[in-house]
Amino acid sequence: MESIVPLLVAFPLGMAFAVVAMAHVKGLKRLTAPLAVGVVLANLILTFILLGAVVPRIFVGGWGPDPEKALGIEMLGDGLSKMMLVIINLVALVSLIFAGAYMRRFTKVWLFQALFLLMTGAMNGVVLAGDLFNLFVFLEVAAIASYALVAFGCESEELEAAFRYLVLGTVGSAFILLGVTILYSLTGQLNMAAVAQKLELIGTSPAVLLAAAALIAGLSLKAAMVPFHAWLPDAHPSAPAPVSAMLSGVLIKASGIYAIARLVFNVFGPTPQYATILIALGAASMVLGMLMALGQWDLKRLLAYSSISQAGYIILALGVAAEVMSRAQPDEAVAGLCLFGGLFHLFNHAAFKGLLFLASGSIEQQVGTRQLKEMGGLGRSMRVTGFCCRIGALSIAGVPPFNGFFSKLIIIIALAMAHQYVLCAIAAGVAVGTLLMYVKVQRYALEGPASGRAAGATEAPVLMCVALVVLAAVCVAAGVAMVPLRDHLFGPARDVLLEATKALSTGVIR
Amino acid sequence: MGIAIYVLAFAVLVVGLYAVVAKKNVVKIIVGLLVLDYAVNLLLVLIGYRSGGQAPILEPGQTSAELAAKAVDPLPQAMVLTSIVIGLGLTALMVAMGLRLYEKYGTFDTNKIRSLRG
Repeated sequence: MESIVPLLVAFPLGMAFAVVAMAHVKGLKRLTAPLAVGVVLANLILTFILLGAVVPRIFVGGWGPDPEKALGIEMLGDGLSKMMLVIINLVALVSLIFAGAYMRRFTKVWLFQALFLLMTGAMNGVVLAGDLFNLFVFLEVAAIASYALVAFGCESEELEAAFRYLVLGTVGSAFILLGVTILYSLTGQLNMAAVAQKLELIGTSPAVLLAAAALIAGLSLKAAMVPFHAWLPDAHPSAPAPVSAMLSGVLIKASGIYAIARLVFNVFGPTPQYATILIALGAASMVLGMLMALGQWDLKRLLAYSSISQAGYIILALGVAAEVMSRAQPDEAVAGLCLFGGLFHLFNHAAFKGLLFLASGSIEQQVGTRQLKEMGGLGRSMRVTGFCCRIGALSIAGVPPFNGFFSKLIIIIALAMAHQYVLCAIAAGVAVGTLLMYVKVQRYALEGPASGRAAGATEAPVLMCVALVVLAAVCVAAGVAMVPLRDHLFGPARDVLLEATKALSTGVIR
Repeated sequence: MGIAIYVLAFAVLVVGLYAVVAKKNVVKIIVGLLVLDYAVNLLLVLIGYRSGGQAPILEPGQTSAELAAKAVDPLPQAMVLTSIVIGLGLTALMVAMGLRLYEKYGTFDTNKIRSLRG
């Protein structure tokens, strides 16, 4: 088991460079796409092998653990990391399969594959990192790859969106590094377990609060929480569809929300201050994302604002769990339910938002437009795409028996059980708003008279339909098989967060 | 000297942040981002500093305990190197994107580069 974990990062990174090398050799150029898909498939298979096993602490290169000091770079393989690995590799695989057909309109597709593999490998690295600076470096690699991917089409809109994303992302990264710097100066350690232990001794001094504020600000910018969300509504629509699916479904979660959860719960420890910040961020994102999305007529822009809103759900659930855990008598059951709801919604959102963005890519390719008013009747003319899009819209709106219903219901019930009745009402209201916006999408895109360009639309190529069907199947399966998923996938992840600062330090360092 | 130099590093950070937030020229925004990165790197080197310290290189005839007592912290130096290289890659990407923006829009003014709205 120990040797599998670094491979999860090494395979995509190595393949990225191999793709660049192969693209310049005459005969091998056609092989880059199948090999890229093969590598991500291998990653997914390794992740499933890893799921069943207990992974010990892994120190890269064999350096440490010395009982005196934790030298060397640690990789984590606990329940939370495994859950994120499944999400990342599954959505990456489906997006790459989709990209096989979608990217034919671009030149230099090998460049896209190399950047995509870099982004995937770096995201695997982020969720496996047990060391603060390693987390930062992999965050940067994923972010830089995503800046280049957003600008891939090199049209004026895409460059503008990518430039704005780049500027805000760099500011966020600078704040993350500032937080890591302050934490290092306080504790003298970079290993997350060691920092957690030292921080328990230091308690909450203003310096710790400054470090936490810098880290949460930088990571909220990566996760596109309000008020740091300004880059997302431009960047996600302008990117090519498979990149949008990865960005919206995975990157804002793996680099933003996962990192916030890992740091606030496992390194800093949940206190009322951090809980209040997370609750405020989550509630503001939920409401503002929904309100802005309701007025959109560009399909991908609507989906992007909806991403902000759904990510707000997850952060709100995490914040309420932190608040419950930081009370004088923490209620473990309620906190566990909040965490399960949040993590389940994270998984579901990756599935149905990925599905919706890929479907919007299919629609954009076949119809030639992203404006809802110019589409119509696609449920009849593009049967498979329309069906999968309908499943995705019903899932995100929270209609039983799809997965979105269960995760939203769990979050709302958990908020009520934690005595946060105002937040519970807000969450329910936002769910109604989400239903409204997706009824709008279905009404204008899938039903109604086929006008103008939509009249001549035909079904998308096979590869794209296969990708859509796989994600739609995941949406249905996650809803039906919720209990087995809870036992094997989300339960361990929730337990890692519930143990707070004790989760990482199993028996090392002073 | 103590705290004044840390205040200065934070002041440089604020200057960089101001340039990113308030300036309307793409090139000035890029320079602001560079200054922001420099400020964080400066802070990172500063926290490893030990006044009157020695570079973390073992001199002939010195034991490792003596070195540990006298040397500045080498770990922030390693972190800063990594951060500088990341900044280098980002700068290259930023400048390339800025040039392409100029080709498409004909201007460096961010008020005019605003076709995405709402």
